[in-house]
Amino acid sequence: MSTTNLDGAQALIKTLNDLGVEYIFGYSGGAALPIFDALETVSGNIKFVLSRHEQGACHMADGYARATGKPAVVLVTSGPGAGNTITGIMTAQMDSVPMIIITGQQVTWMLGKDAFQEADTFGLTMPVVKHNFLVRETNSLPRITKEAYHIATTGRPGPVLIDVPKDISQSEFTGDLDPDIDLPGYHPETAFEINADAVTRAAEIISHAKKPVILGGHGIMIARADDELMELATTLNCPVTTTLLGKGIFPETHELSLGMLGMHGTAYANKAMVECDLIINIGSRFDDRIIGQPEKFGALAKIIHVDIDPSEMNKMIHPDVEIIGDAKVVLQALNKQIAPLETSGWLANLDGYKQKFPLAYRKQGGLRMQQVLDELYQLTDGKAVVTTDVGQHQMWAAQFYKTNASFNWLSSGGAGTMGFGFPAAIGAQFARPNDIVVAVVGDGGYQMTLCELATAALHKLPVKVLVLNNHYLGMVRQWQELFFDNRESGVNLEGNPDFVKLAEAYGIKGFNIKRPADVGKVLQKALDYNDGPCVINAECVKTENVFPMIPAGAALEDMLVEPPKHKMAKPTGST
Amino acid sequence: MTRDIVTSDSSLAPSPDIVGGHTLSMFVNNKPGVLMRICQVFARRAYNLDSVVVSRGRDPQFSRLTLGISGDPAGLEQIIKQCNKLIDVIHCFEHDERESVTRELALVKVLIDPGDRAEVLQILEHFGAKTVDLGASSIIAMIYGNSEKVDAAVHLLSKFDIVETVRTGKVVMARGEAST
Repeated sequence: MSTTNLDGAQALIKTLNDLGVEYIFGYSGGAALPIFDALETVSGNIKFVLSRHEQGACHMADGYARATGKPAVVLVTSGPGAGNTITGIMTAQMDSVPMIIITGQQVTWMLGKDAFQEADTFGLTMPVVKHNFLVRETNSLPRITKEAYHIATTGRPGPVLIDVPKDISQSEFTGDLDPDIDLPGYHPETAFEINADAVTRAAEIISHAKKPVILGGHGIMIARADDELMELATTLNCPVTTTLLGKGIFPETHELSLGMLGMHGTAYANKAMVECDLIINIGSRFDDRIIGQPEKFGALAKIIHVDIDPSEMNKMIHPDVEIIGDAKVVLQALNKQIAPLETSGWLANLDGYKQKFPLAYRKQGGLRMQQVLDELYQLTDGKAVVTTDVGQHQMWAAQFYKTNASFNWLSSGGAGTMGFGFPAAIGAQFARPNDIVVAVVGDGGYQMTLCELATAALHKLPVKVLVLNNHYLGMVRQWQELFFDNRESGVNLEGNPDFVKLAEAYGIKGFNIKRPADVGKVLQKALDYNDGPCVINAECVKTENVFPMIPAGAALEDMLVEPPKHKMAKPTGST
Repeated sequence: MTRDIVTSDSSLAPSPDIVGGHTLSMFVNNKPGVLMRICQVFARRAYNLDSVVVSRGRDPQFSRLTLGISGDPAGLEQIIKQCNKLIDVIHCFEHDERESVTRELALVKVLIDPGDRAEVLQILEHFGAKTVDLGASSIIAMIYGNSEKVDAAVHLLSKFDIVETVRTGKVVMARGEAST
């Protein structure tokens, strides 16, 4: 039935096009030559974006997916090309982000013979993917591509890699271009068949609660259950705190919002977790960054845990009721069984904490990152898509850039990947060309992926890169100050380039902010600049620390709301 | 009031005992790399595989896997869930010993003096074992049954000069009409 006149690579690209893939981010190379050629010979709607490093390509696809809920594709070559994707794939896996990664590979008869640019990509990536494939038959390419897309985008989403040997991609394709998928061990449809008894038990527990808290996570965003969450919270008069990745599922300006909880969450969110009598966790995996000391977490509370992934149940915390399923379906069922609770005293108590422990910063004694982020929030009316790197700037951005809608806050949570913010912003800007996209980065992480300035400049993307520059790896320095007698080791970033001049070398507009009084004026100029990307370098106080802070492994009640006055013991919990 | 802790740190676990003798049965896709995925689930959580038995299923698209494992008991539920989460795993169970049949087979090579031969053969007969190789100064015995029986036979033979023991590891099957 050789009627298609396609080779394997063309069948692959055609399948991706038929699946509705809009963007491929990648970097070419020898083993991927047939696939790159197919990008030119197969007609369709796919746009290819050449990154300057494979890690950047992954974060672009990741940013695209987090900003839309739809997957993008990464296409790279074998060996080092595939190796450079690992951090990006791991970042997506840890945060349940859909992604399809296609790697070129040596020809099949050279596999295992240490051929040029041969690496065991299948084995190397196995621990950091939701699933991966090594293609052995040209005619299986459409089926495997459809399976990869299906696995990446259903259930708990994640990255799926397809390793394609060059002889497979350049051989003649004689198979079916629209085959059925065949995944006998994968049943994401069960997420929509929820245990009605568990929902009834949850509703029963909720009806007795006097001090409830809803803990909302990324699962609500993925399930697009924001409206159902709002109904649950407002019906119950129940406060809502979210995880870092859940920012946006519930408006942080809402009177029932407690903001983000956890290690650097708000004091009132953490106080609520300590004092509550019920935690309704929907779509969060009880990460170590939010539970502190597991045996003391929610010690006074009943716990209801809703998650699509059965392996999250009892992993960190034993709930009183577990409901396995899609957050939207579970919330729709639960909302039918609940009635308003009398929580006015509880809410008044939490309002007291909001008054007593507000998020605050000083405007005297130099420029602080908090002020830059606060003013960015005001000037953009909280409507920008914000991406971050990892560290102090990330935590302050989470605290001061309040997020009111899903898909607007893009941050590497689980993996904590420095270098994520800028390329993720590029991906987000491709996905949402009419929205303001701001990459909030530190001077450390920015330098890991700033080669993508070329990509942003070439496509004239109006991404704003806000470099919060303290010439330090600030979060590590903070830990050294608090727990290691202020002995600085490996944290001083002396030798930073002039970020404005560096931007100009790429033909990119640069701005400097040096004084607190200049913040609003310069940020406004940068926001008004739309002739391509711009970089704003904010020279910040070097040794500011992030508070509140729960030292790793400490209980939530042991939170520091201000700098400690005594020497701290080294944390014994997670890193 | 404190909550039960879920941990793989044995110093914090409710019981520091290592689970031994747990047998997991899996039905998996018969494809390259599947065993590697499963082994990663165990290795990452510091579990040791005591035995691994893989065989092609009645439908060659699938394979049967029986794993004997030891490790922190607090992590066993998580291990089973993580295995079930693998796309290539159709199902993964831990079987209750009372509702399943477990067997293994051992080949034991014993060097013997002619004067000991009768006693060795008598022990093997008692355990229903077979002699699969008999030489002037050596014997290979095939012992099969449940693991305790194999252990007992090997123990009795250990007064002689056992030079090699090879065991298949456990295979398990659910009793009655239940599926394995």
